[in-house]
Order: sequence, then C-alpha cells, then structure tokens
Amino acid sequence: MELIKNDFKKVMEECKRISRDGGLRFRDETLEFIITNEDMIRLSPKGMIPTLYEYWINDVYVLQDKGKYELFPGNPYETVVNTRPPISFYNDNNPEWLNVMIFYHVIAHIDFFQNNVFFQKTWLDDFLGKARADAQIIEELRSEQGRWVDYVIEFARGMDNLVDFFGNLNDVESTIKGTSDQARFDYFFDEYLQKVQKVTTFKYIEELNKYNELAKEQGPEMGRTLFLGYAGKKYLDFNAKFEKRVKEIKPVTNDVMLFILENSPKLKKDDNAWMKKILQIVRETSLYFQPQIRTKILNEGWASYWHEKLFMSDPRLRTHEVEFSKINAGVVSLQRVGLNPYAVGLRLFKFLEAKANRGMNSYAYEKLADIDARTKFDTKTEKGMNFIFDVRTYYSDFTAINEFIDQDFVTEFKLFVVGKRANPQKGVWEYYIKSKKAEDYKKELKDSLYHPPHVKVDLEKTLKGEGLYLIHNFEGKELVREYISNTMLGIEFLWGDKVVLETHEIDESLLKHDENEEDDTDVAEIKVPEIKFQKVIYTMENRKLSKETAS
Amino acid sequence: MKELAKNPLFSDREKEMILRDFRGTLMSAIEKTPKPKSIYDYDDRFFLGTPVEAVIGLQTLDDLLNRDEQREKDGFPKKVILGKIASPRGKKSVIVPTVVEEKFYHDNRPIVPGQGGEEGGSGDGEEGEVIGEAPLREEQGQGGKGPGGDGDSESHDLDDSRAYDIGKALTEKFNLPNIQVKGKKSALYKYTYELTDVNRKFGQILEKKKSLKNIIKTNWLLGTFDPENISLDKIIICPQDLLYRIVSREKEYESQALVFFIRDYSGSMYGETTEIVLSQHVLIYSWLLYQYQERVEKRFILHDTDAKEVDNFVKYYRLNNGGGTNISSAYKLINKIVENENLAADYNIYIFQGTDGDDFDSDGKDAIPEIEKMLTYVNRMGITIVKSGNGSGESYVEKYLEKSKLLESRPDLLRMTVLDETKKNQDDLIKSIKKLVE
Repeated sequence: MELIKNDFKKVMEECKRISRDGGLRFRDETLEFIITNEDMIRLSPKGMIPTLYEYWINDVYVLQDKGKYELFPGNPYETVVNTRPPISFYNDNNPEWLNVMIFYHVIAHIDFFQNNVFFQKTWLDDFLGKARADAQIIEELRSEQGRWVDYVIEFARGMDNLVDFFGNLNDVESTIKGTSDQARFDYFFDEYLQKVQKVTTFKYIEELNKYNELAKEQGPEMGRTLFLGYAGKKYLDFNAKFEKRVKEIKPVTNDVMLFILENSPKLKKDDNAWMKKILQIVRETSLYFQPQIRTKILNEGWASYWHEKLFMSDPRLRTHEVEFSKINAGVVSLQRVGLNPYAVGLRLFKFLEAKANRGMNSYAYEKLADIDARTKFDTKTEKGMNFIFDVRTYYSDFTAINEFIDQDFVTEFKLFVVGKRANPQKGVWEYYIKSKKAEDYKKELKDSLYHPPHVKVDLEKTLKGEGLYLIHNFEGKELVREYISNTMLGIEFLWGDKVVLETHEIDESLLKHDENEEDDTDVAEIKVPEIKFQKVIYTMENRKLSKETAS
Repeated sequence: MKELAKNPLFSDREKEMILRDFRGTLMSAIEKTPKPKSIYDYDDRFFLGTPVEAVIGLQTLDDLLNRDEQREKDGFPKKVILGKIASPRGKKSVIVPTVVEEKFYHDNRPIVPGQGGEEGGSGDGEEGEVIGEAPLREEQGQGGKGPGGDGDSESHDLDDSRAYDIGKALTEKFNLPNIQVKGKKSALYKYTYELTDVNRKFGQILEKKKSLKNIIKTNWLLGTFDPENISLDKIIICPQDLLYRIVSREKEYESQALVFFIRDYSGSMYGETTEIVLSQHVLIYSWLLYQYQERVEKRFILHDTDAKEVDNFVKYYRLNNGGGTNISSAYKLINKIVENENLAADYNIYIFQGTDGDDFDSDGKDAIPEIEKMLTYVNRMGITIVKSGNGSGESYVEKYLEKSKLLESRPDLLRMTVLDETKKNQDDLIKSIKKLVE
C-alpha cells in the first residue's frame, strides 16, 4: 500500500476543485493509496480499515454462499474510509481515466460522510488513528491475558449489533452525565428552562441572547462559564436541580452492550477491568459502521450521481467514452430482477431533483388530483439542486424511502415487485411481476434494509439480582435458533451470571402433520399451515442452555 | 396420498419412507430457489475490479486446530469447521476451514413451504406477467439461471490446494491412518500437447471472435469504424490485434487412486442428512488427496431411483432431486463404468457412499450381488448411513448388509458406519470416517 504519485495527486486536486464548483463540500485534506490485490484481501475483512485490531476470525474470513452481509454485517466495504483525513483506495491495475472517475465517486462519498447528520458522531474522529491506538491496547492486553482477550473479543462481537445507534446519536443522557460546563449549559437550555421553569419562548430567547452577548464579548468558552454563573444566581434552584437530574439518570436499557459495559457485576471487579476496554472498542467500532449501513442507498446513489455528472463533463473522458459507458452501466443500471442500491439511489436523486425543479414538493402540487394538470405542473423554481443537497444532509435510507418513494417514482422508472412461484408442470420457478404499486415497492425496499433484532434489558427483573433479563421485541421474525446458544454463552461470560432471553418462536406443534391423516393434495397445492408464534424463554446458566415455553 | 395410506401392499415402514421422500422433494425444491441478492451485496468493488471472493487463510490450519482444542479445554464449544465447501457467488469451489460469528439475527429463511421470496425489479411488463424462469431443479437446465443472474462463466472445479492441507491435518491431528498402497503403481507423468494458450501475432489457430473484437476496438479509436456504414477499405488490421491459439506442452501426473462418491439425492435426504454426507465426503476426499500426494481422480454418482454420473463436484454438491430411492442403480452404474473403462487394472479404487438407509429394494436382492462384484476390485468401500430424526430402528440397508454377512467376511474391504442426524459436529464426523477407512 503506497500513496499515489505526485502527478496523479495533482489530477485529484483538480477533481476536488471541480467538485467544489459543483457544490460538494468537504474538508481539504484527503489521502489516496494505491493498493494491490493482496492488500484488498487483507483489508476487506477489516472493513477496509488498515489499522483495525487483529482478530483471528478475520483471518479465516470466508465468503460463503450466504453473502457477506449476513455474516459480517458490521463491515460495509467501500473504496473510502470515513476518517480524518478520509482515505481512499485505487487499484494498481486501473487506467488513469478510470481512477479519475472513481475519484469523483470517492469525493461524493466524502461529501456525504462529512455532511449527512447520521454521521455526526464520526465528524471529529480520526478513526484510523483511534483504531491504531485500540489495536495497540488489544495487543498489550494480549501479552498480559493471552487467549482470553480473543474470547472477550468474540463475545463482545457476538452482541455488537445490540447497540442503540439512534439513542447514541441523540444522547441527551450522556451529555448530562458529563459534569463539565457544557453539560450544565445543555441542561439549562434543553431541559431546565423548558421543563422545570416552563418559560415562554420570549423569555427563552432573552436568556439565549444574554449568552450570545457574553460569548461575543468573551469568546464562547468564557462566555459559557460567565453565563452559568449568572444563571446560578438568577435561578437559585438551577444547580441543585442539575445535580438531582444527574442522579436520576437510569441505566440505558435499549443498548444491551452499553448496559453490560456499565452494569455487569463481573466487569465491575478490578481484575476484569481490562475486559471493559475491549467491549468499548468493539462497541465503538460497531457504532462507527452503523451510519454507513443505514445510508447505503443514499450514499451510493449520491456518489453515482456525482461521478456520472462530473465525469461526463470532464475532458479526461475523451476517447474513453465506450469503456466508461460500459463500466458505468455495470454500476448503475437497473436490473430486471434485483435491488441495486447504486441504481435505485441514483434514480432517486435524479427524480427528486427534477421534481423540485418543477416545484412539485409543494402543497399546490399535492392537492392537484387531475392527472393532466399534474403532468404539466411546473412552477420553474429550479430548486432541485438545493433540495437534493438537503436530502443528502438530513436523510437516511429508511426516512428517504418512507418519504419519497411514490407512484410517480415507481412508474417513471418502471419499477415493480417480483414474485416467485413454482410451476410444477414446466418444472420451473416463474418470476412474475407481482405488483407495480408504489406501496408494495416501498415495502419491499424497506424490508431489505439492515435491521438487527431489537433486544432490550428488563431493568426490573435484572435488578432483582437473578441474572440479566433480555427481551427480544418480536417483529414477526424469529431469531436464528442455531446462533442463540453461543451468543448467550458469550453474554453470560461477560455478565458473570445467568442470562435469560425472552423471544417468540413458531409453535411447531401446529406445523407437524398427523402422519395418518394425509391430505389429498398435489405438490403445488399443498396447504400453508397457519403459523402461530409463542413466547419462549431461553436461559443460559453455567454454560448450559435451556428453553421453556412461557404460558 | 390417502390411497397410499390405505394401500395394503406397503408396510407402515415403507409408507413412512415414501412420505419422507415426498416431503423432502417438496422442501428441497423450495430451498433451491435462487436467493435474491441483498442491497448490501453490492459495493464499490466495481471500481477496484478485483476478485476478493477468494478465500483467505492467514492462519495455518495447525494454528486453527490448536486454538479449537484449547477452546474445548477452556470450556467453550469448538468453532472451526474443517471441510466446508465454499463457492462464493457460484464461482470456483474450494474446501476451507471456516467459522461463523454467532449473533442474534433475524431468521430470514422461509418458514413454510409455498412461500416464494420477493424482490425488486424493473422494466416493461404488466402485473402478473411472467418475466423469467429458473429451473426448479438445477440439473434440468444447464445455465438456466434466474433472470438477472450475471452470466459469469463458472468453473465448476474443486480447488484442491486447501483440501490437501486438510487431508494432512486429518492424518496428523486426527490420526486417520496412512494407506498402504497395494502393488507397485509408481508415480508417472506424461506430456500432453494442448491448444490452450493464447498468443498475439502468431500461432496455430486464429481466435476469430476475440481478434475481431480487438480490430473493432482499435478502429473505433482510430475513427475508421462507423457502425452505420461499415467499409472494409478503411478498416486497418494491426498484427497486435490478432490472437492465436498456440500449442503448449503440459505436464500431467497420472493418478494413482480413483474414488467414487455415491450420494443418495432422493427426497428423504433433504436437509441435514445431505449436509452430513457431503461434509464427510469432502473430508474423505481431502484425506485421500493427501495420501496419494494429490494424484487422486474423483467420480461422482448421484442416485434416487436411477443413478447418473455428474462431471464435477459443484454439481455433486448442489444438486437435489427428490423422488424415491434405489441404491442398486448406483452400484450397477459403477460396475459398468469400471468394467467399460477397465479401471481396476490401473487404479486403486475407493467407493464411498452416503445414504439415509432407505431403499425400495428392501431386502437387498439387487444391491448385494452388485456389492459383491464391487468387492472384487475395490481397495475399500465405505457406506455411511445418516439416520434422520424421525427414522427409528434399523434401516433397510443396515438390515440387508447384516443379513448378507459381507461386513464380517470382508472387513478389509467393506465398512459401514451409522450416524445420527443430530451428530453433525466435527469430531463425530471424523470418528465415523475413521471407522470407514481404518
């Protein structure tokens, strides 16, 4: 792995300038590396993070028929690493014109990383440097604790999808937890004025202005300290209320991993403090990757939109039109069957841009019922570009799909849901157009999004001291049963006591046919038995799993 | 089905067998439906353009096995599975050690038969219109992929390099025996001349299609090619663009051992049973590969009521058929192959068979004579019976083999092992292999 040559870097800088002119916003520094196949093989199990900690399972990483997402949902694979400065990779075999195209794609990714709000927790991170420091910690621990480090990594990774990404993004709780001025300050404006004093908006703005004045005179840091002094005198109970609020903070129950980290009786012991470090590293790595998984369609759509737009008008495209078209089509063409996030995302941005250009995201358009009037509607606002920049900033895959996929979109790009059915006469699976309705297509898209099981801690039952009690919020799909045992084994190890999991499973007694009572049906018409789920309780105690059906 | 239940010609046991075949046929048809690609299967690999599908093993097999042993001592379940077949995205298959990282995941497998998956799509067509077909059973249409499947040319071969290592580990770590080779069949090699290499500018046979493509490419760039108005006068043919096939000398080692794998792919073999048979065959193959220093040839026979030979491992591994069971059909086929190709003279022949023990030929009157015939030329024949959960008692195959007393009279040639469907962990598998080959 080596940095790109100087003349090529010059080309890249030129691309950055063009991208900025196009409206993309990103920090100036970037690093580009040329990598070989071997580098790729080494890096891909680490989510392309060269400095990520060593872990033996990464070394036996095998892509199976299953698809890597299912096996390693934490590690999306990009040409760009979201860190400060962002780094990107180029294949040593690629011709230069192709690398220019890729560079536009990369810049758009960087723009997305640095502006989309779901990434805000990563904005200040030099993740690569942090990962290197983490890797060092783990290496040190390995020299002290030996193989037990790998067990703890294994068990921590076993629950690294049980982190509360959105709660973490929000985290009012953790800002309050800090005793710094910032925490007091946030509490004053976010809760104290609004919930304790219940002041009017006018009064609220008055206080805010007071702070702004102080900040203007003394700078933000000093201003804040002065303001807090003022607030403490004016509102006599403010400091007392703040202390009380800090004490009131309940453990987070939506984030199983954090809960264990903070409350596990075993981890609280001094001898086991080192395990906490590992849990923290694994948890933070998982949180770091979450926004990428949750913006896959938008991020890839955005990058494809810009590489197409910018490279098409770039003089370096000349004489490579045919090759470019071929590669680009491979990336962004809609398939007859399948969901390609690049293709769908690109179409979505183009669609929204065109729509906003015609002023169609307005009440005036929405209330039109006449199809003819709708087709002709155009208020020539030319706000399309602004609008898609907003989408890039404020939306995730889910919110974008939920809000923007409508019949116009589905019809324009001839999208549909494909169904599959057996045709025993011909001996084939038939793929057929099941629905061209926007609602169905939207549901299909939503169902294909990353969605780990929602498991939370039952605080009351856990506080009784009879082990950790987890509740799987059942959403119509049972958990993969083969994996339950080892996952719970890991949690038990880290909790140091019994672990209980409440979940739902199919009531199999209803599925079994009575052998003597065979129905007279053909293969094709076999009846689908009614499925019923029942609550089951798994208990892991002393490394032994037991299961019972809850009444 | 009702008729079957009342039919006095069949015993209860036989009815059960037929029903299981029927169920499995149904389930396997559903399972074999091509899986849709998830949106997270797409990534920027487009641009880096490298096949990272490869299998990675930065750790030696020894390290992995030691780690696994240690796990057991520390009171945690073993994690490494030795002979798993991986064929990422339908490309070349390899035998690899593998591990799974368990977490709580939603189970997305179909719950009951009859549910087809759904996915997105695009293009012309009306609701209800059929836009593509894929065979229910893979064998019925070669290359009959689901629509949208990328037309990658597939190599169906099994990559042996990893298998050799695994065979070595099996022999050394798990104490599978070393073979004493009968007779002297020394390692021979021969040269063959093949027209497989491609060369620019000169050679024996012109590659017309590829050359034409190159010529068009060059002329397109030169601006002398206009698809609207093709004029041959303008087209320039550069010698660089001409591709030829050229004769090359290839060194080939002659194989010493030939192993037949027989797998019952009838309906009753659905699910775990097949998994176990396949894992076991992969391990046996690895072991033989090591024993014969890679000079092993393999032939694959699948059977339900009829037997057929498939030409590569991927097919052997992937195909599921359904239907009834007649084991002797496979035996007959092997005897015919051995006789017609006069294989007994040149090879050490091994036969390994995996079945659930059901056979319509319930007293073995067809199977036993064929086995006796096979025993005249094999080095070892090993039969694995995997009992599925609901099958109880001795199976037909066990019964007729016992009755024939072949197991006792020819223990040097014929072995049988019985496994429970639930016993699928590595150690049980290896133990049963030991029984077959020791």
